[in-house]
Amino acid sequence: MYRSHVLVCGGTGCTSSGSQQIMEALKAEIEKNGLSEEVSVVQTGCHGLCALGPIMIIYPDATFYSMVKVEDIPEIVAEHLLKGRVVTRLLYNETVTPAGNVKALIDTDFYKKQHRIALRNCGIINPEVIEEYIGTGGYEALGKVLTEMTPDDVIQCLLDSGLRGRGGGGFPTGLKWKLAKQNDADQKYVCCNADEGDPGAFMDRSVLEGDPHAVLEAMAIAGYAIGASQGYIYVRAEYPIAVQRLKIAIKQAREMELLGNNIFGSDFSFDIDLRLGAGAFVCGEETALMTSIEGNRGEPRPRPPFPAQKGLFGKPTILNNVETYANIPQIILNGPEWFASMGTEKSKGTKVFALGGKIHNTGLVEIPMGTTLREVIEEIGGGIPNGKKFKAAQTGGPSGGCIPAEHFDIPIDYDNLISIGSMMGSGGLIVMDEDDCMVDIAKFFLEFTVEESCGKCTPCRVGTKRMLEILTKITKGQATMEDLDKLEELCYYIKENSLCGLGQTAPNPVLSTLRYFRDEYEAHIKEKRCPAGVCKALLSYRIDPDKCRGCTLCARNCPNNAISGTVRNPHVIDQDKCIKCGACMEKCKFGAIYKK
Amino acid sequence: MKSLEELRAIREKMQSQVSMRAEDHAHTRVVVGMATCGIASGARPVLTRLSTLVQERNLTDKISVTQTGCIGLCQYEPIVEVMEPGKPKITYIKMTPDKAEEVLERHLVGGHVVEEYTLSGADIK
Repeated sequence: MYRSHVLVCGGTGCTSSGSQQIMEALKAEIEKNGLSEEVSVVQTGCHGLCALGPIMIIYPDATFYSMVKVEDIPEIVAEHLLKGRVVTRLLYNETVTPAGNVKALIDTDFYKKQHRIALRNCGIINPEVIEEYIGTGGYEALGKVLTEMTPDDVIQCLLDSGLRGRGGGGFPTGLKWKLAKQNDADQKYVCCNADEGDPGAFMDRSVLEGDPHAVLEAMAIAGYAIGASQGYIYVRAEYPIAVQRLKIAIKQAREMELLGNNIFGSDFSFDIDLRLGAGAFVCGEETALMTSIEGNRGEPRPRPPFPAQKGLFGKPTILNNVETYANIPQIILNGPEWFASMGTEKSKGTKVFALGGKIHNTGLVEIPMGTTLREVIEEIGGGIPNGKKFKAAQTGGPSGGCIPAEHFDIPIDYDNLISIGSMMGSGGLIVMDEDDCMVDIAKFFLEFTVEESCGKCTPCRVGTKRMLEILTKITKGQATMEDLDKLEELCYYIKENSLCGLGQTAPNPVLSTLRYFRDEYEAHIKEKRCPAGVCKALLSYRIDPDKCRGCTLCARNCPNNAISGTVRNPHVIDQDKCIKCGACMEKCKFGAIYKK
Repeated sequence: MKSLEELRAIREKMQSQVSMRAEDHAHTRVVVGMATCGIASGARPVLTRLSTLVQERNLTDKISVTQTGCIGLCQYEPIVEVMEPGKPKITYIKMTPDKAEEVLERHLVGGHVVEEYTLSGADIK
């Protein structure tokens, strides 16, 4: 029995900022102080507040320390664990009230509006110990399904819950299972899409790292519901911690016979294997993913036939995303009414978003559907740094679009986002302020899709390339208004004629920025000007002779010797030599250098 | 895993440990003074006994046992404070592991303050 548990985040974010070393130092220090019998050190998954890692929480008092360093460990052990005195200077500053009192983590702005279902165990349990998952009610849903429910009951429960696919498509999960169950076959498959590829989105990784058993349990439930005995998790090889924890989880589940033959004494048998993806974005598309599992080059194929009819190895298959699975055991245990009581009319439950870009609290947040963008950005996210103005939020990654300031109060759900030309996607949410150029953003996503297009169909392979060329011309100030028309025409053509989701959604970043920020495109074309001051070809650095004191700092820091002038006399930038790196502007102490 | 009972047995064994990691406003807090004075007069075994008992009896979802520093009454250490939501704080003084167990039985489980061990019961002005 331990009187205190010290939880150290072992997610990818905190691991990269040194949480493994902290854990080792902590164990050594606890040993040194003779507390090994009283205090246990637990490695957990992600807490969501990745910007403040490495994160440590000490229970039972739930003290939340952020940005912990190895040097802090002796003090934490001596003060907190031995004497029970909180090390105030390491507290997450949001947990300290103006009066200096400590408040609970669940009362901080970042956590109080969140509602954690998919992430409920992330940061609470040790993902490498199956007993901890069982201790929070794990595998009870599977037990309930196998002993009390028929496959049709399970499917009806999911239909009633209103759960929709969290990978981005938003297809009703229960319906998908129902279709797969209806098709008779000697073998069926359950697949998990863990090929998370959208730039900036990392919720699936967090679930796999923090609560891998929830996914295994849900896949077994799916196997029972549709009549499958084999599951595959297709996970990116670039997620080494997730892969490692999945391997451990599968091994433990097999040892406890929660995977294998005759689970819970029933006649249901189910096993899961991992398949590692090599990181091609297109393999997140369901038909390409299955082709890749079969051992072929990851390319999509036309639908129909849909996977529910003819999927993996030509057999009926269901494919769900990691986050979708993570919700399922809770729906079974708490009932569909519980789940359907959260969210909006057509989007039930919660959604995890990865907050990134120009925002204070970058990290993972899980919010009920229908929360407004304003609440997410201003309250949970802590607003935009440096007093800058919100310009737009990008959702759905390279397949999605922008939400401009005019839609700041829109409740976030599948249908609302589509109605304003964006999409839920897998949940990346990148915040942009007035310093971001929307043409440049569109170009960034197009560069991504051009790289990731598999090349099988012409509209996507050639079309996206042409789009990128036009966008490059615009950002260089060489485009005409005819180019803009051509760009728009191409968008619609590619959307209609591409084979798979990648191509069909690739023009979305351009279409949505055109819809809300056409004036920025026109400024680049007509006035040869980038309003946000991002596109290098369209701006020049200049020195205001009235403000320049001739300190020579800029000239000394210019990497290309483009600045000339003598001491105490105004300096000049040679525009032919200037490479627009901005080093001079950063260094100038008098604010004499400006962009034009 | 052959039956739900088997699973539930593991769950019960683990639950008390995992539910310690929850935040709840309705928690009763039991705080043991663990500054130098407290440790010197034997607060450690009091703390471990309380913590172990609470976990063994699956009470971690209602009661959390933590330490605190010196509250300034060093001559009465080991001190245990019980803070129940919505009730005045009760301070127990000169605790031993056995007395602490009695407090747990009679006060935390039974709901009756063990007057003879409290600060006010000891008649200190």
